[in-house]
Amino acid sequence: MADLLMHILMTGWATVFDVVPIAAILMFFQVVVIRKVPPNPKRIAVGFLYVLIGLTLFLVGLEMALFPVGDTMASQLTDPAFIGGDALKGMVNWTDYTWVYIFAAAIGFATTVAEPSLIAVAIKAEQISGGAIKAWGLRIAVAIGVAVGVSLGAYRIVSGTPLHWYIIAGYVVVIIQTIWASKFIVALAYDSGGVTTSTVTVPVVTALGLGLASTIPGRSPLLDGFGLIAFASLFPIMAVLAYSKLAEWVQAREHKKAQEGEKETNP
Amino acid sequence: MGEFLKIAKGLAHLLMEAARDLLPIVLVIAFFQAVVIRQPFPNLTEILVGTMLVILGLAFFVRGLEMGLFPLGESMAQAFARKGSVMWLMVFAFALGFGTTVAEPALIAVAAEASKTVAEGGLIASDEEALDDYAYGLRMTVALSVGFAIVIGVLRIIKGWPIQWVIIAGYMGVVVLTFFAPPEIVGIAYDSGGVTTSTITVPLVTALGVGLATSIRGRNPMTDGFGLIAFASLTPMMFVMIYGMVY
Repeated sequence: MADLLMHILMTGWATVFDVVPIAAILMFFQVVVIRKVPPNPKRIAVGFLYVLIGLTLFLVGLEMALFPVGDTMASQLTDPAFIGGDALKGMVNWTDYTWVYIFAAAIGFATTVAEPSLIAVAIKAEQISGGAIKAWGLRIAVAIGVAVGVSLGAYRIVSGTPLHWYIIAGYVVVIIQTIWASKFIVALAYDSGGVTTSTVTVPVVTALGLGLASTIPGRSPLLDGFGLIAFASLFPIMAVLAYSKLAEWVQAREHKKAQEGEKETNP
Repeated sequence: MGEFLKIAKGLAHLLMEAARDLLPIVLVIAFFQAVVIRQPFPNLTEILVGTMLVILGLAFFVRGLEMGLFPLGESMAQAFARKGSVMWLMVFAFALGFGTTVAEPALIAVAAEASKTVAEGGLIASDEEALDDYAYGLRMTVALSVGFAIVIGVLRIIKGWPIQWVIIAGYMGVVVLTFFAPPEIVGIAYDSGGVTTSTITVPLVTALGVGLATSIRGRNPMTDGFGLIAFASLTPMMFVMIYGMVY
């Protein structure tokens, strides 16, 4: 118990240090340039305090519950003894790694759903769009994108194919999707790439990448362990653009159905 | 009493939502432990206490977001828009991008890792001083690039440029640089785009963009307000590759 309190206090202190430069910049511009007190300063101060408390508890909890388990699972799942097949003979056969791909997708999805920065952007998007975009739907779309991305990234590490070809191909797909997408969603879709990889996802996904790169023969953890984060920030863009297209299509179909229904009742 | 009930209800709602957000992680880990790896949970109590803390923390964070970070970001954006000084707005945008990134713990970790990679590739000496120098330079580069990104992003909101042209130009920059940068740095550069945007920066920067787009006549908060984060995850990729080329 005392250990836990100590841990919370230490993490809290570290979080305060992360926030100090940001608070200093905001204060400076508020006092020197804007020269006006923002509305509800007390409420804002309490809000900042809540954010500090929230992030501290969040980090302490993650360090207790998720990160050790994530590390252990990454090393267990990538262990040649678990993989079996050719891995035991020091060879790589990408089909032996099915559980790794499934785990990569599942954990990518799950950590993204719990990602606080994504929650923030999703809340804002729902407010601004007047409810046309649902926060929960957006988050699920992004999480699916991360799941596909991390899984494909794991395959890339196993197969040892060059990272940049995947990313360039991804860019081409994003550009094509952008041409067909409604203007309404484009900026939000691009943003959702950057917000997915943060407090929860980065440590877990990095552990998986390092686990893979250090157990697969011929891969170096330093050179091949990178790249999963890049996948996890590219695929949500495609997923959100696809989600909006799908939502548009469903809406148009329902609209058409409703119109036809009206015709039938009032011939 | 009525006030108290209202607060308790709000808190219960936030906790429920946080629990729902965390449920997938719990399910995934439980499934893989029980079905695939077939090993019992190590330190079950620690995991349970940790999960409780995460749920509580998430609830506090979301409440604080709506009370503090969002309103402040938006009120500052409106104040800048009313003041009409583009110069000060740019200085603010740069300071916010640079200041929130330079001390970001994830970035410090990645920079240290990157210097080891580059040393292993034989591009720099592998003594401690060379490693620290490289990591420090990389951190500054990324922080500069994020400051630059927010400046460009704010300028885009003011001018009303369509976001896709800026992003496509950025993609082209990344692709071209990929073929000239040392191969050791490419993976790090690609990943650095994802790690720069921290949990406190994202809500503030989003509120700033949306607030600006709401206050400036002729701008739509949905099409013009979002996009700052996208720039902040694109420029570090280019800047890090350039850093790898010139260092």
